[in-house]
Parts: sequence; structure tokens; C-alpha cells
Amino acid sequence: MGETWVITSGKGGVGKTTTTANLGTGLALMGKHVALVDADIGLRNLDVVMGLENRIVYDLVDVAEGYCRVRQALIKDRRVEGLYLLPAAQTKDKTAISPEQMRAICQELAREFDYVLVDCPAGIEQGFRNAVLAADKAIIVTTPEVSAVRDADRVIGLLEATEITPPLLVINRVRPDMVRRGDMMSMQDITEVLAIEVLGVVPEDEHIIVSTNRGDPAVISHASRAGQAFRLICRRLEGENVKVSSPIETDGWWGRLRRLVGVAR
Amino acid sequence: MFPWGKRVGGAGSGETAKERLRLVLVHDRIGSSQEILSGLKEEMLAVISKYLEVDAGGIEVRLNTSHRQTVLAASIPVRSVRRWVNSPD
Repeated sequence: MGETWVITSGKGGVGKTTTTANLGTGLALMGKHVALVDADIGLRNLDVVMGLENRIVYDLVDVAEGYCRVRQALIKDRRVEGLYLLPAAQTKDKTAISPEQMRAICQELAREFDYVLVDCPAGIEQGFRNAVLAADKAIIVTTPEVSAVRDADRVIGLLEATEITPPLLVINRVRPDMVRRGDMMSMQDITEVLAIEVLGVVPEDEHIIVSTNRGDPAVISHASRAGQAFRLICRRLEGENVKVSSPIETDGWWGRLRRLVGVAR
Repeated sequence: MFPWGKRVGGAGSGETAKERLRLVLVHDRIGSSQEILSGLKEEMLAVISKYLEVDAGGIEVRLNTSHRQTVLAASIPVRSVRRWVNSPD
């Protein structure tokens, strides 16, 4: 029996969909059976980021309304074994599905898959509630910016009222050079303020744009630093004791010295 | 921490961001508590007044939050203990 994880943030554009796509693909590359669910009804994007937009036949709302079975709506990724996508509907909105329906679908998926990853829409309205009430666990994605962290705090507060276990934090789009200069909040700054456990830190990486252009999640490429970070997060999710290091530690002169001395990875 | 690369004299904008965020979050977190508190205060007054005569104007009820732990603290000035309904004499 697998677990349902909601990937949420409050703030839009911080990387929920990118995180969902990359963690799902990364876990499948490790041999896990993963179902990705796009809960952003009306503004679907997980299909496009995964490069599966041309293969949609049925969607989440079709399943909820009983037009088809879950199996029929799931799109099998042909690049990675064990990876499937349940796309959102594009022509409906968030009220087209209820939390109960969402929970039932995720529970059915959890019987067949090791991980069910739900890409949550931005905001804290119906779409958020649907995704959150269906989940066992949560990953909060934020960037090192005041508005994103503020929204993340609000979402953490809302999650505390549910049965979800304490959420884990992914800090995305970090620029080590700016952190070093003092022009960007560090991982320590953010965790001090949010007081939740960090799952991982992902650096800003042009490759993310390239990977979305192509529809090939960055985690597949060994050239992508963001992809590397997502791979580490997958290993942590699987219980491996991987140290969470801020990108700043493996960068520049200081990072090279540490590597020389054998301290950094 | 080595100072190389750090701004000389004065905090970078990252420090400013952190401080502003701290203040904004205290405000945000208190905001959602206020609604709970006013209702709570009235009902607490009603229950406590059955056992103790209290100075209603002097009641203070606060939710104190630090590191995601919240403690409800109430300060209620007591004038006297009401006589027990079934006193032995």
C-alpha cells in the first residue's frame, strides 16, 4: 500500500509542478511504481512538463464522474518504467470534483502504486482543499523570497488542521552566489522562520527551462544541477540518510577547498 | 563563516528580507488567532463565573506562539470564591 503525497506551496510559480514531475520520475528511475496526479483542474500543466500532453484521452474529472475507470485515464510514460500520469481536466474548474472523490481516487491508486504524488494548484481554495484532504503526507515548495515563504507559512498552518503528518520543505530556485553575497535568504534563515524539516534544496538551473521545453524532466539528465538535487531528494524520500546541504557548500572556492579536504560530496 | 564575498558594512538585503518576514509572520499568525480568542474569552468567563467571582474587565487571554508551539495563557483576576451550593453547614 503506497502513500499519497501532496506537493503544495500556496504561492504560484515556485515549482510545484516541476517538483512533482522530477520527484515522480526520479522515484520511478529508482524502481518505484509512481502515479502522478494533476489536481490543477482548468489550468493543467503536469502533462506538458512531463511531455505527455499528446496522449491524454481521459482525465481526473472523467474518472470522478464515472465515465471511465482510473486505469483507462492513466497515461503510461514510455521513457521510464513504472511511471504513470493522471491528467487534470482543462475545460472544467476546481469545483468539478469533491474532496471525497479525490480521496477515493487516490486511495485506489495507492493500492497499486508505491507513491501517489498530487500536484496541488496554487492558492488555498477548493483545488487546494481537494488535494490536501486526499493526502497522507505533504511537501511544501518555496523559493527564498519573502512572499513565497509567507504563503508557505500560511499553508503549513492550514495543514496543521488536517491529519497530514508534519510537512517537509523543498527550497527551490536557490542562487548560491546571491546567498553568499547576502542578497538571498539562506536555508538556515528559512527553516528558522518556518520551523519545519527540510527535505531538500534545489538550485536555480537554466536546464529546468530546457527540460520543460522538451518535456523531459531534468532529473533524467546528469548535466542538470537541479536534476541532481531532485535525485538526492528521491533518495531521502526512500529513507536513505542523505545529508541536506545548501548548494552554497559545494560551490566556488570554499566548496572546492571542502571537496579537496574530503568534507563535501 | 568566512567574510569573503559578504557586503562590507551593513546587512545585505537577505537580512532585511528575513527580518521583515519574521514580523509579517507574527502578524499573520496572530491574526488567525484573534477570532478564536474573542469567542473563547466569553465562554471561559461564563464557566468560571459559576465557581469564582471574577473581574470581567481585567481578563486577559493570549495565544503565545514560538517555534510552532502555541500556549493559551489566561490571566483572570479573582474577587472571591462563590459559596458552594451544597455547603455542609
